[in-house]
Amino acid sequence: MFWDQESETLTRPSLEQLQLKRLQDTVQRVAQRVPFYRQRFAELGLAPEKIKTLANVRRLPFTTGADLRSIYPDGMLAVDRDEPVRLHTSSGTTGKPKAIFFSRNDVNNAAELIARSLVMTGITKKDVFQNMMSYGLFTGGLVMHYGAEKVGCLVIPAGPGTSDRQLMLMQDFRTTAVHILPSYALYFAGYLEQKGINPRKDLTLRKAFVGAEPHTEETRRRIEQAFGCDVYNSYGLTEMNGPGVAFECEHKAGMHLWEDNFILEIINPETCEPLPEGETGELVLTTLKREAMPILRYRTRDITSIIPEPCKCGRTHRRLNRITGRSDDMLIIRGVNIFPQQIERVLMSFPQVGRNYVIVIEGLDDMTIKVELAAAGFDGQVEHLAALQHQLVEKLKAETWVTPKVDLLPAGSLPVAEGKAKRVIDKRSL
Amino acid sequence: MSAVNLLAVFVENKPGQTARITKLLADAGVNICWVTIANSGSFGVMKFLVDKRDPAVRALKDKGLMVSLLEVLAVEVPDKPGSLQGVADLLGRNNINLDNCSGFVANNRALLVIEVHEFAQARAILEKQGLHLLTQEEMLRL
Repeated sequence: MFWDQESETLTRPSLEQLQLKRLQDTVQRVAQRVPFYRQRFAELGLAPEKIKTLANVRRLPFTTGADLRSIYPDGMLAVDRDEPVRLHTSSGTTGKPKAIFFSRNDVNNAAELIARSLVMTGITKKDVFQNMMSYGLFTGGLVMHYGAEKVGCLVIPAGPGTSDRQLMLMQDFRTTAVHILPSYALYFAGYLEQKGINPRKDLTLRKAFVGAEPHTEETRRRIEQAFGCDVYNSYGLTEMNGPGVAFECEHKAGMHLWEDNFILEIINPETCEPLPEGETGELVLTTLKREAMPILRYRTRDITSIIPEPCKCGRTHRRLNRITGRSDDMLIIRGVNIFPQQIERVLMSFPQVGRNYVIVIEGLDDMTIKVELAAAGFDGQVEHLAALQHQLVEKLKAETWVTPKVDLLPAGSLPVAEGKAKRVIDKRSL
Repeated sequence: MSAVNLLAVFVENKPGQTARITKLLADAGVNICWVTIANSGSFGVMKFLVDKRDPAVRALKDKGLMVSLLEVLAVEVPDKPGSLQGVADLLGRNNINLDNCSGFVANNRALLVIEVHEFAQARAILEKQGLHLLTQEEMLRL
């Protein structure tokens, strides 16, 4: 099934022609309207007219997450300040977030891409779509919502409520599709089992869309088995509208990236050189239709590869393999982006805390921070230690949006690092 | 001075820790007269009253252990119903919180070991009530 069959099945030459036209238009606009890019172009001695072929995209400067933070709050707008109608920000980054503006057309276009993505798995207006992602600044709520509404589904903006409420909504309104974090899906499966609910008999679920966190094929299979429905992988990031960048079709064999909206490159993150199709490297994306805030060659830091073969579904937009990791040390925990430096900053703001710590991630995205106490931090009172532990949890939660477990340990209990300390132990199977 | 000094050791909450600490004390020829262990999640705090405090501290610190000294009150009370209640009520009415408390009977003498924040105030109140507060030496001679 297609939402926009013409766009989704353009021949490669037509698709590439469209990409070039949109790229040239984007480059012209940012050169005129965005001082950040104008300056970058000047540094590179690049005139917008020099972009004559799609391969010329490599002449354009990269944009990084640090760039987006440096222009915070609104230094990369390509439209007047009163044009955007929507603001989203990235979650839990170091210091200031990345703020992304949407014009009215951008909002509509993001919804179009979601509509394509849902319909290609077989979603129709008959579906009841329960969106269990957080609404608010996070794109997983509103952007998905608008897309599912566009398809004509009954959309339940459940948000990340309690499992009791999620189940009640599912039963009372006969939910057929959910949008859910993979870690929560696994948790929810356990909850259903505990409640004695058999999803195949007691629920009406047909499809689950999981995203916002890297996960494995094994996780997909576990969720499919537990929910008794099809589970589709999806890829998105706030900087590129949020969800809807790349989704799986009915064949569940890689995620079609909407190439009429984004130019996709895979580079070697060390050398920044482009890699041949099929090789694994960092995904770099350029927006082609963004009005309010076009972004050139965004370093997503996500590691993946392109599947070069055409898909059986007939779509010409190439597919991405599962994201297998990050080219920086960012952690994605329960859909939230966390840098170890954020945790370190909180720990080091407590004089009672020593220098040695490790971050352990395991199970269903459970984060435990093991930290040694400073010599001055022990006065013999177990209550003071418990209070310190509590304060650390609260501060870390405020900084990262994730509630960690904090283990206080005596000095010398953690292995002493030789050279660069290994601070993160990720036991998740990825 | 009617106060008792304890030494507190910060340890990981895992099997074998008590054996490890007490072996260090035994090897240093230190006798333990009283002990409590409290756990909170990943860690625990062991508190000891020992006959030779300084050698004990040295033996533990030499092995990199985190040791701290604590001052507590040891109160002798009549060995009969209502004794703990009397002490607790007295402190409570003076708005003093009992942070930790343990009690035992030795040689027909009932003792309460109590930890409070308002140490001097609590001592004055208890002494004014006519209760006997033991010195370190008295505790060790029990």
